[in-house]
Amino acid sequence: MFDDSKPIFVQIAQMVENDIVDGVLAEEAQVPSTNEFAAFHRINPATAAKGVNLLVDDGILYKKRGIGMFVATGARAVLVGRRREDFYEQFVRPLAREARKLGIERSQLAAMLTREADDGLADAGTGTKKGAS
Amino acid sequence: MNTPIVQVEDLCRSYRDVKALDRVNLTLEQDKIYGLLGRNGAGKTTLMSMLTAQGFPSSGSVLVFGEAPYENERVLRRICFIRESQKYPDDFKPMHAFKSAALFYKNWDNDLALSLAQDFQLPMKRRIKKLSRGQLSAVGVIIGLASRAELTFFDEPYLGLDAVARQLFYDRLLADYSEFPRTIVLSSHLIDEVANLLEHVIIIDNGRIIVDDDAENIRGQAINVAGTAARVEAFTAGRTILHREQLGALQSVTLDGALSTAERREAQELGLEIGSVSLQQYVIRKTLDAGLSPGGTHQGTQGADSKNRTGVAR
Repeated sequence: MFDDSKPIFVQIAQMVENDIVDGVLAEEAQVPSTNEFAAFHRINPATAAKGVNLLVDDGILYKKRGIGMFVATGARAVLVGRRREDFYEQFVRPLAREARKLGIERSQLAAMLTREADDGLADAGTGTKKGAS
Repeated sequence: MNTPIVQVEDLCRSYRDVKALDRVNLTLEQDKIYGLLGRNGAGKTTLMSMLTAQGFPSSGSVLVFGEAPYENERVLRRICFIRESQKYPDDFKPMHAFKSAALFYKNWDNDLALSLAQDFQLPMKRRIKKLSRGQLSAVGVIIGLASRAELTFFDEPYLGLDAVARQLFYDRLLADYSEFPRTIVLSSHLIDEVANLLEHVIIIDNGRIIVDDDAENIRGQAINVAGTAARVEAFTAGRTILHREQLGALQSVTLDGALSTAERREAQELGLEIGSVSLQQYVIRKTLDAGLSPGGTHQGTQGADSKNRTGVAR
């Protein structure tokens, strides 16, 4: 579930961010407590707390004293915006590198991307009507 | 959070000409789970014995809860030390062991002990002498958890425990720790199993502490780089190399120290594969060479008596 390339608390924060982006955790929904995170992922509670606090400091989650932690309104838009910024570095660069290695031509690569994007849009049209941002 | 529970300064312990502990400096803070890791004979048990007043230092000082622990009832009542091969009186049954523990530890939770005994399927009325190795370990684990001592040491507590029972131990440890935070020192060879439970890691090798850091700082501290030999060598030149392996034209190198984003990108542009290193691999890489070097000749002598005996008994 965790890999060793980065600290677990960072990975915990990313999991929560994923859930927010995917809509599993809605805005203003309560997130599990740090002890629940710790028990579920079998990690040290201090580590879980560190991950959650990362998101609190970031304004993605907020604390209600004595009640728990909740997803902030607007959190999803912020996260989606950030991921768009990282998109090139994280997905496009490795893709282009691999294509170069395999001798896939620019035009072929572009055609593949266009085809995939069209398919994706078609799927999205028949599925949920969730906005892009 | 930052109150020191244990303060060790310049601690040395020699057995004849063997230095079991060599100028150890160490601070344990309140309410953290520590992992005490290292090879057999590295000095883990010796260190824990000093902290629990079951052994005497040759020199240096040990303070536990701000006091010297030797024959100090006030301090010792707040400590629980579960040894790898704990001895019990001959006619003792688990229920007797629990009753004794209940008298000694003021935070003893008998309900927890009984529910753990059920979880571990421990026969309460069988003589401890007649228990299997795993059941004997379960007795220790139960006492360690139910005593809720402010400072609890588990010295390889799971000998003979199967994977299910070990998972049970980890889960109950986490659950009870979440509810009743306390300082726990877990010495283990099954590092991959316990890595995620630890907040802080202490690696001891040849009687010296070689790593004393938060578990989260150690994660990503070592990096594996693999690719064609020439490129790997070019990329890793000038860096601290923990380990190097060669397979045909391929070379794989474990580096000490994290990579910056720029270095990471450089490695990717070179077509190098970057891999992560688990805490277990890190400990192996950190402690392997010392054990093989001529300077490390006392490896396995100190502490070998008890370890080997239990090894044979299995």
